[in-house]
Amino acid sequence: MTFDRLLNALAAWILALVWVLPLAYAVWTAFHPAAYEARFELFAPLTLENFVKAWDAAPFARYFLNTFILVTMVLAGQFFLCTLAAFSFARFDFPGRNILFALVLLQLLVMPDILMVENYQTMRLLDLVDSIPAIALPYVASGFGIFLLRQTFMTVPKELDEAARIEGASFLTILWKVYIPLAKPTYLAYGLVSVSHHWNNFLWPLIVTNSVETRPVTVGLSVFSAVDSGVEWSVINAATLMTSGPLLLAFLLFQRQFVQSFMRAGIK
Amino acid sequence: MHRPSFRFQGLSGRFPGDIDIFRTTDISVMRGSKFRREWITGWLLLLPALVFLFAFTHIPAVTTILNSFFSTPRGRRPAKFVGLDNYEQMIGDPVFWKVLWNNLWFALGTIPVSVALAIVMALWVNEKLAGRSFVRMAYFTPTVLPLIAVANIWLFFYTPGFGLFDQITGFLLGWPATNYLGNPDSALNAIIVVTVWKEAGFFMIFYLAALQSIPVTLKEAAQIEGAGRWTVFRRITFPLLMPTTLFVCVNAVINSFRLVDHIFILTDGGPDNASALLLFYIYEVAFRFWETAYGATLTVALLVLLSLLALGQFFFFDRKVHYR
Amino acid sequence: MLKSFFLKAVAATALSFSTWASAQAVDLQFYFPVAVGGKAADTIQGLTDEYVAKNPDVTIDAVYAGSYQDTVAKAITASRGGNPPQLSVILAVDMFTLIDEDLIIPFDDYLSTDEDRKWVDGFYPAFMENSQTGGKTYGIPFQRSTPVLYWNKEAFKAAGLDPEVAPATWDEMVEFGKKLTMKDASGNVTQWGVRIPSSGFPYWLFQGLAIENGAILANAEGNKTNFDDPKVVEALDYMVDLSTEYEIMAPGIIEWGATPKAFFEGQTAMMWTTTGNLTNVRENAPFEFGVAMLPEKVQRGAPTGGGNFYLFKGASDEQAKAAVKFVQWITAPEQSAKWTIATGYVAPRPETWETDTMKAYAADFPQALVARDQLEFAKAELSTYQNQRITGIFNDALDAAITGKKDAATALKEAQAKADEILAEYR
Repeated sequence: MTFDRLLNALAAWILALVWVLPLAYAVWTAFHPAAYEARFELFAPLTLENFVKAWDAAPFARYFLNTFILVTMVLAGQFFLCTLAAFSFARFDFPGRNILFALVLLQLLVMPDILMVENYQTMRLLDLVDSIPAIALPYVASGFGIFLLRQTFMTVPKELDEAARIEGASFLTILWKVYIPLAKPTYLAYGLVSVSHHWNNFLWPLIVTNSVETRPVTVGLSVFSAVDSGVEWSVINAATLMTSGPLLLAFLLFQRQFVQSFMRAGIK
Repeated sequence: MHRPSFRFQGLSGRFPGDIDIFRTTDISVMRGSKFRREWITGWLLLLPALVFLFAFTHIPAVTTILNSFFSTPRGRRPAKFVGLDNYEQMIGDPVFWKVLWNNLWFALGTIPVSVALAIVMALWVNEKLAGRSFVRMAYFTPTVLPLIAVANIWLFFYTPGFGLFDQITGFLLGWPATNYLGNPDSALNAIIVVTVWKEAGFFMIFYLAALQSIPVTLKEAAQIEGAGRWTVFRRITFPLLMPTTLFVCVNAVINSFRLVDHIFILTDGGPDNASALLLFYIYEVAFRFWETAYGATLTVALLVLLSLLALGQFFFFDRKVHYR
Repeated sequence: MLKSFFLKAVAATALSFSTWASAQAVDLQFYFPVAVGGKAADTIQGLTDEYVAKNPDVTIDAVYAGSYQDTVAKAITASRGGNPPQLSVILAVDMFTLIDEDLIIPFDDYLSTDEDRKWVDGFYPAFMENSQTGGKTYGIPFQRSTPVLYWNKEAFKAAGLDPEVAPATWDEMVEFGKKLTMKDASGNVTQWGVRIPSSGFPYWLFQGLAIENGAILANAEGNKTNFDDPKVVEALDYMVDLSTEYEIMAPGIIEWGATPKAFFEGQTAMMWTTTGNLTNVRENAPFEFGVAMLPEKVQRGAPTGGGNFYLFKGASDEQAKAAVKFVQWITAPEQSAKWTIATGYVAPRPETWETDTMKAYAADFPQALVARDQLEFAKAELSTYQNQRITGIFNDALDAAITGKKDAATALKEAQAKADEILAEYR
């Protein structure tokens, strides 16, 4: 039994070391001169020059702010729109419901990523090209979000709902007081998926933005990936750390609270 | 638990012939005048989301399908109707079949492995473990590092000669330099490894959440009865994780057709399309070759494929998942 | 009373006129790619700002648009969406594609004076091959490059070679390569003789070999390729043999982005790569290095590479004129010298090399002159209608041969057949 435990712990640790390797490498190269990108000597000189270089190469503070605004905007939009739609699907009966639901689910598959040319034209029409809303809009109504919330809302006991209705509560009050609190873990789970996706998204923002004021971090980072002259790992990794640092730090600091609140009920 | 069913409920407010694939709750077997108000409220709640969905998904998707029946408009030649020509071209296009095959292999290589790893990771981190916070943080790192940036790091790992993997295998095992990305037999697998790394850590979080919600008493009771750890997992934990598995699998399937950012940096689809995936090829055709009509045709193929998969998946899971 | 009213009116008119005038400042949007790291973007931005400061009647919005691929994608997407930039730096080889898409206009319409025409003739002819077609000038060379051979002088010395002499012929490259390829006790290679990267766009460096062997990959009209020319097959056989027969180059597809690092790390004694790498190698190579022209077979030769300025359709007359003026300014000797020194790109006009700045630079860093001298032998980079698609097909064929999945002759024959099918409608 204890041997078994030891073996498990060992495996867990090995896997953890493998998983943290890219981050470890990023830290190594970011703090050492470029000459040590492929040499791992214990006493290699430390330097902060890569950060200075990366910082000078692009306005990362601004990119970071843009990403932050973008992610917040997408998330707020998704929560709002998906909640209303999911509530409608879960608790209201109206003609066309199943067809509409199937149409919503279609968006699970037809990811906006595929429809770039068409969507660019729409943004042009709305005069939104080169703005953060332009990056966000195609994603705010998410089929995935609606599906997920609907599944959760349907697990809410009917009795709760009916009791509230008999007391004369409006359906919005019921949504706000009964459904949303019970769906917290789903919001958290979905929020994580969404943030992680838009934090990483690259292609669409690249196409639809033109200026420093609107570009997210990923597009900013791609400056260093354009390689006629070879990859400068030390600088690109310094830039990666600068931009991912805050998120990583937040996770480290709040990981207990985060994981725990996240785990309270899981996804049903 | 609901089986997928095809119901005719002519008078209960549904329309005859509506296909009820998913579970619906019947709170609203309601009477008389309440009907219309209920309808309107339902529609109104739906309206904002639908506006966006139609504007950015359905209408563009329909245009895409229409475009697949036309030739690519070039500046000097407008599009003209060509019927099924684009589809004929697709069927005769060896690259299409190659990337399709690649994509299936990619899905097969990433989904089960990343889901299984995610479960294992979650089980480990959920138990008492020395340095658990570090291990948890390690598993979580892929989520905060953007794929486009991380791809460069993996590029270094894979580099023959002075790359990290070669330094390790060369030092420990005396292996010669291995060209992981530049060999058509290993390029796609190298891409799969990066994807699994990215995904498993992410999915682990969801399993961890689900595990914490399983009452410890259940497990203890089973252990008292002498059940081994494997039995406990197979009989109790795993079935209770099923809803999470559904959630994660849907994500994994979508991602296996969507995650292409790292390909741009690692192999650019090469050598000779050995590591190109369907969406990557669509991007290539539509945004590099500017064959937008053919790109639209490929997109339609991707949609059909995804629909089939999704349908299969929902049918499969609908029978297995216990929603409470 | 009347007078003051009159004065006020005049003042008001003048004021509104001046605001009107400044509102009439020509707005230009200009996309540029960056292919050589962060510094290039700064330099372009800096030059643009300098120009705008000197010319208050123009505002220029310089947009970094990603890699070359990203930039052309962005320009075409934006044009199709009805929002083209007025000016963009895009690969010279995309000229036919942009014409085919009807997105660009020739510069000729805005180059009316004799002086202007002389200006166009002032670029290196090798660069203009990719910039003109049908008697019109569609591209103005800007960030142009050409591949050269870099060698590690210390490695040469260690192998008993003269550190000051680079291989001048294919045979010499093999001969030197064999001496330079080092193995450790267990037979693993620790240093390769030469490295010709082949990831992403293998056609470019391969084209160097093809030209050296006397082959031209595509005609000047951009509607016919010669992929299955026996000279091309021979060149590809040579490239494959470097790994398989002579064993002086690593097998498989060789990553472009990691190539300079491999050179710095002593993994390879020679490398073929762009002049765009000069600054990088100069700053980071921990040893003495030399730069040479690519070795010859029947002749010296190299493709040109890099990006041109294009003028986009949809620009108003004023915008187009302002854009042309800006292009003339930024390619003028002083600006061009700054750009070349910052990046390593080849200054596209001979007169730039005559500036004091450039002379001082070349005296300090004579390697920079190699690219210029090689231009005499350089030919147009492979460029056709549907360019990305045709080069894509060609790249796949090269990949297949390099990885040993097909023999050179078969792979190239198949590629030629596919290319013919696509280009037929342009003949």
